[in-house]
Amino acid sequence: MPDLIAKPALGTAAVTIAATTLAEAALTTITAIAPYPGGEAAVTRALHPMGLAFPAPNTARTAGNATLVWTGRAQAFLIGAPPPADLTAAVTDQSDAWVTLTLSGPQARATLSRLVPLDLRHATSGQAFRSALNHMPLILIVDGPEAFRLMTFRSMARTAWAEVSHALTLIGARSALG
Amino acid sequence: MRIDGKGRVDRSRPVTITFDGRKLPAYKGDTLASALIANDVRVVGRSFKYHRPRGILTAGSEEPNALVEVIGHANQTPNTRATVQEVFEGLVAQSQNRWPSLAFDVMAVNDLAAPFLSAGFYYKTFMWPRRFWEGIYEPLIRRAAGLGRLSGKHDEGVYEKAWAHCDLLVIGSGPAGLMAALTAGRAGADVILCEETAEVGGRLLSDDGQIDGAPAENWVDLAVAELASLPNVRVMVRTTVTGAYDDGTFGALERVGLHRRPRPNLPRECFWRIVARRSILAAGALERGIAFENNDRPGIMMASALGTFLNRYGVVPGREVTLFGNNDSTRLTARCLMAAGVSVAAIIDARADAPDEAGTTVHKGAVVIGTRGRMGLREIAVRKGSTEFRVATDVLGISGGWNPTVHLTCHMNGRPQWSPDLAAFVPSGGAIPGMLVAGAANGTFSTHGCLAAGAQAARVSLTALDRVAPDVALPQAEDAPYRIAPLWAVPGTGRAWLDFANDVTVKDVALSAQEGFASVEHMKRYTTQGMAPDQGKNSSVAALAVLADATGRGIPETGTTTFRPPYTPVSIAAMGAGARAEGFAPQRFLTSDQASRDRGAPMIEAGLWYRPSYFPKPGETTWRQACDREVTMVRTSVGVADVSTLGKIDIQGRDAGRFLDFVYTNTFSTLPVGRVRYGLMLREDGHVLDDGTTTRLAEDHWLMTTTTAAAGLVMRHLDFVHQAFCASMDVRFISVTEHWAQFAVAGPGARDLLASALGRAPGLPFMGVQAVTIQGVPGRLFRISFSGEEGYEIAVPARYGEALFRDLTARAETMGGGLYGMEALNVLRIEKGFITHAEIHGRTTAFDIGMDRMVSAKKDCIGKAAAARPGMVGAGRDQLVGLKPLTDTPITAGAHLFVQGTAITRENDQGYVTSVGYSPTLASWLGLAFLQNGRARHGETIRLVDHLRKVDVLCSVTDPVFHDSEGAKLRA
Repeated sequence: MPDLIAKPALGTAAVTIAATTLAEAALTTITAIAPYPGGEAAVTRALHPMGLAFPAPNTARTAGNATLVWTGRAQAFLIGAPPPADLTAAVTDQSDAWVTLTLSGPQARATLSRLVPLDLRHATSGQAFRSALNHMPLILIVDGPEAFRLMTFRSMARTAWAEVSHALTLIGARSALG
Repeated sequence: MRIDGKGRVDRSRPVTITFDGRKLPAYKGDTLASALIANDVRVVGRSFKYHRPRGILTAGSEEPNALVEVIGHANQTPNTRATVQEVFEGLVAQSQNRWPSLAFDVMAVNDLAAPFLSAGFYYKTFMWPRRFWEGIYEPLIRRAAGLGRLSGKHDEGVYEKAWAHCDLLVIGSGPAGLMAALTAGRAGADVILCEETAEVGGRLLSDDGQIDGAPAENWVDLAVAELASLPNVRVMVRTTVTGAYDDGTFGALERVGLHRRPRPNLPRECFWRIVARRSILAAGALERGIAFENNDRPGIMMASALGTFLNRYGVVPGREVTLFGNNDSTRLTARCLMAAGVSVAAIIDARADAPDEAGTTVHKGAVVIGTRGRMGLREIAVRKGSTEFRVATDVLGISGGWNPTVHLTCHMNGRPQWSPDLAAFVPSGGAIPGMLVAGAANGTFSTHGCLAAGAQAARVSLTALDRVAPDVALPQAEDAPYRIAPLWAVPGTGRAWLDFANDVTVKDVALSAQEGFASVEHMKRYTTQGMAPDQGKNSSVAALAVLADATGRGIPETGTTTFRPPYTPVSIAAMGAGARAEGFAPQRFLTSDQASRDRGAPMIEAGLWYRPSYFPKPGETTWRQACDREVTMVRTSVGVADVSTLGKIDIQGRDAGRFLDFVYTNTFSTLPVGRVRYGLMLREDGHVLDDGTTTRLAEDHWLMTTTTAAAGLVMRHLDFVHQAFCASMDVRFISVTEHWAQFAVAGPGARDLLASALGRAPGLPFMGVQAVTIQGVPGRLFRISFSGEEGYEIAVPARYGEALFRDLTARAETMGGGLYGMEALNVLRIEKGFITHAEIHGRTTAFDIGMDRMVSAKKDCIGKAAAARPGMVGAGRDQLVGLKPLTDTPITAGAHLFVQGTAITRENDQGYVTSVGYSPTLASWLGLAFLQNGRARHGETIRLVDHLRKVDVLCSVTDPVFHDSEGAKLRA
């Protein structure tokens, strides 16, 4: 048990506006897995017992508590579970590098349309994107048509929170017009 | 005045507005323009140049005259078109470009001086004498320039930016746009329908026409209800599509809160970026005027605007209406007005074969040749053949024909084509990929034609979208042919206005041609025609027709000027929504941020990061006192600093060593596990890209450190080198900058501090690394130094950063040490002669900074060949040196160096200063500089001159390392 106190990036309480909730996800384990040239099949074999496989671009798969999300060329993040010991790939701890915000509710997509240039009209669970949250790097995981996980640099957490909550606030004011 | 029983305003909801201090009654649904007309306000503005009284000319966003300031609680919006601004309870607006009042404007003296203020006046007058320019002409022009005024305060209004995506974007909701949206919507396509005004319907709401034998507005209501019932259709009212861009992207401005009382958090406007697979432009057409003498009196307006004001808002701007035109549009207006009980004194029709009209007199083959009534039209003069007569009238509606709204089709370099039949420009096909043009925007002017064209454009678009087009029955509507005889300007001697907004007359255009500015683009700039907020919507076609006449060319040969976005003015605040103050860029905060602020540290921006500048102690009144103390503390005791901002890149793979050898100038593959090496990286052009340390954590596992400034740049560079040159290598890398919080512990007491924190002595050689567990947390300990003292950096996962920082701070303080900030860090590294991006600023080479021996001769690396080019090495280069003033005088970065006794001129420049600081250790100011052939000039005295900050000091040239040049302390 460490003597040092672990702190989340924000420690901010969730906000709900127009039945849509923005919250900071709890700290978890995030591991970057980057197979070497020709090594994806071996990685998939190693992940098989977890019910996962190396993901195709723009996809994420969840099995139990673990999500494996495509994050770039020959790179995926394993979120929520430690990596298998017998993985032959470049494996890097990314647990503290990211802040994860969850945005869910009927106005989630409208809120994202203020911040992210992606076409999310047909957003469905299992999609994932590398994009931009205004000027910040973004990993966007679609957990459902109205449920999203947004990951950006931990150091930018305050700006990310401010910008997403601001967008949601404006949406709320629009919704109040009826 | 109001006409009972007409208009779509909500008469059950009266509101009160204020214009120029007068309270006026209006109804919900009115625009400011219709409310002013209802209250018989005739003069609403003053023209730009001559300050002539002007009234409302149009009923739409093209309005050139009725520009007002809308006064909000905390803002003032100038150049608001009264025809666009909707009323709400408490709306306050005032006229602009007049002083002291709209009725009496001192600057109207310009109108009397008009003979001296012709086109090109500015260019001819303000050229000489040259010395008058700054002192007299410029202030004079600045005072006269512009229309409305801003409040002078920051705009703290809320604005929004958003993206939207659809299969089909329909621009405009008249008969063509509505029919297109209905057809595509029924087929299940994702449709966005944008309508500029508050209500869907376009001219169907303005013209009092019939569809399927009933009032057209009934059909509009049904269509609106059906579109609202389709989940795949999104109707965006009050939204103007302002620009067409690459890849089916459109800009659009939505008025979200401008038409209602301000509410907290409700955006004033939203700037949309709409990405559409296909688009249909159904933006209609704009009616154009006819130039004749004094055609700018208040009370003279577009004939179609009279129809809009009557049918949409139930107002008419006078009691006795006259119409003047060259096509049948005047008939439609006349019938509407007469049916509403408004007297139409006469129709002046320029066509000799014009049809008669029941209920009024038609003067065929006649033209208006003059008007009277400075503050409001009283009378017009008409010439018919050789006879001239006068008609008493307070409203003159003009129709010179219709200009299809081709603007968006030209935003990607398309040019419209001249249609002699329509006497108008029509869009060229295919000018915007994926866009079809339908209805009046394409030169189809009958209601039936518009409905059919809209349906057809939707069918073609649906096919392109791989959807089956439904059978849609076309409703019945009028299909009258468009009959026009072109007439641009009535010949005469007086001033006949073309561009109302910028006060450009027929004579000005002719003068432009006469003076050699005969190309339409030159004419535009010479006369300023089309350069006002309306961007020539009301005048450009007529102006170029007049130009064609003056130059003896045809209209198609003369051509149009370039149509550029935006179609209507877009506030910068909307385009920059969210970017005010700290919204301008993301802010990056250290895990130690709060701990540093708790100690009163002022934060400075380093890129996007916020880093502590210094940590003031009680009694210290200047930053220098704190900085000097912190430097001395590190040199004599121990200091702690957060260095997490430095870039950290985790590199793994069998070929990682080879890869590093290729990107660094020096060799890394030979570095033993557990050791750290300093490396230098070049750009492909041979200049220094970055420097930093790289650690070998395991046989195939490395950790690269970059400077804070170049962290992203180096990551991108590695990606480029990997993908372009070494794609087959077994190497993978990822940024871990954000994962680790890393703290420097430096000074003679560093080892003791770490021993207390770790519970054991670190026992680490200089440039060594070890895995450690610090208070139960696994981390990494590096023995590296940027201060010249015995130095360590300890890294833990970021979640423990704040806790470790506070812990190390407390331990340092009990030892007589403490925190040091960026100022002290900078002085420490200058004393030691360490470089930052102040020195490796992009124009220096490894040779310049004295590190040419670090470029290994045994291997190739990025930039090596380019760094060996002639001129990249040698005595001619500015080389890194140290500077020490001969007297106790501050020196400045940015100063230039000169040999004593030479003139201080550019030609004698010997180099420049990059970094300075006061060294409490050496009790002297110190500088780092680049001096021509500097390494051979140690010991020389050089003159440092900074004209900007008035510094002129003699300095001794030294080695750049001032402190512990043998590195004994570092390696202790």
